[in-house]
Amino acid sequence: MNSRKLKMVVASLALIAAPMAMADESGEDLYKTYCWQCHGMLANGMGVNIVDMSVQPRDHSDSKEMSARSDEELFTAIKDGGRAIDKSVLMPPWGGVLSDDEIHSLVRYLRELCKCGK
Amino acid sequence: MLFKTRLKSIGVVAAIAATLLSSGVSADSGDKILESSCVECHDLKGAGPENLTELWALKGPNLSYAGNKYKQAWLEQWLAAPTRIRPTGMFYGNHIKPGTDEDVIKQESLVKHMALSASDAKVVAAALMHRKAKSELITPGAYKPGTISLRMGELVFDKFRGCLGCHQIEPGYGGASGPEVYTLGNRLQEDYIISFIQDPQAWSPLTFMPNRPLKDKDLQKLVHYFRALAKEKF
Repeated sequence: MNSRKLKMVVASLALIAAPMAMADESGEDLYKTYCWQCHGMLANGMGVNIVDMSVQPRDHSDSKEMSARSDEELFTAIKDGGRAIDKSVLMPPWGGVLSDDEIHSLVRYLRELCKCGK
Repeated sequence: MLFKTRLKSIGVVAAIAATLLSSGVSADSGDKILESSCVECHDLKGAGPENLTELWALKGPNLSYAGNKYKQAWLEQWLAAPTRIRPTGMFYGNHIKPGTDEDVIKQESLVKHMALSASDAKVVAAALMHRKAKSELITPGAYKPGTISLRMGELVFDKFRGCLGCHQIEPGYGGASGPEVYTLGNRLQEDYIISFIQDPQAWSPLTFMPNRPLKDKDLQKLVHYFRALAKEKF
């Protein structure tokens, strides 16, 4: 195999391997790991961190509030943080931690939590 | 004269040999303790969790890069008299429960760290300083010593970046899912702090610490702030 072919094989393997890093993690497990700390085990915005917070995290079980948010808006809030949708800096950007696929899984899970869609 | 010089050289050689021997013995006995008593809860060699199930199962910090992370003097005193640094343990999700209002800490599920004798703490701290995995992530001298007022530091930490959401800046004030930061200046090496905040997941894969792009100027200010906080008497 010449070096060009080898490079191509390595590059294709890297493409396959990268999204597989956390491909099997469900939206529910991602939520438990990254979101519980502020949004709470019951997804009601009452996480263990909120006592000294100036703004309460979004209640994801509130179907009225959540149905007013589009999937795109939820995606942006998770990926780029609260500031990106004119909300609190307390919601950090998760784009450096989660892939787009994982964020889409989270958005789908949020729709399950609020039993609402947009 | 010649006899005296010879005697002196023998003395020097003996002193060097004794030093080498004792440091060798210290590192060896420290490693022995690490391998027997610490390995059950701490990863001493691996790179970190590969999936969320492994992340949730962590019982203590990864020590494979302890020599790049901790300050030796702090390690030595903490190992002899450990205190809780993470109010909700390693993976917070294992140590919380729904409360009347917000989720609360499940104190009964938190495990106290064992205390070592002063002599064991010394040799273990020395052995830990030799564990330097991930050195490629450290830029020596990345932190440029400087100062900041506590007030301005808190503005950067809380108002501008929201870090208070997860970290306490004094006992009982701030979030609970991350480690306290009011002892950080005594606990961690400054160049490590800079590197960790820049890319937490490179050190601690899958960690629930967000990865925020920060300018070097802000990173420096944060470390100035941690150093100032560590001087406070809480």
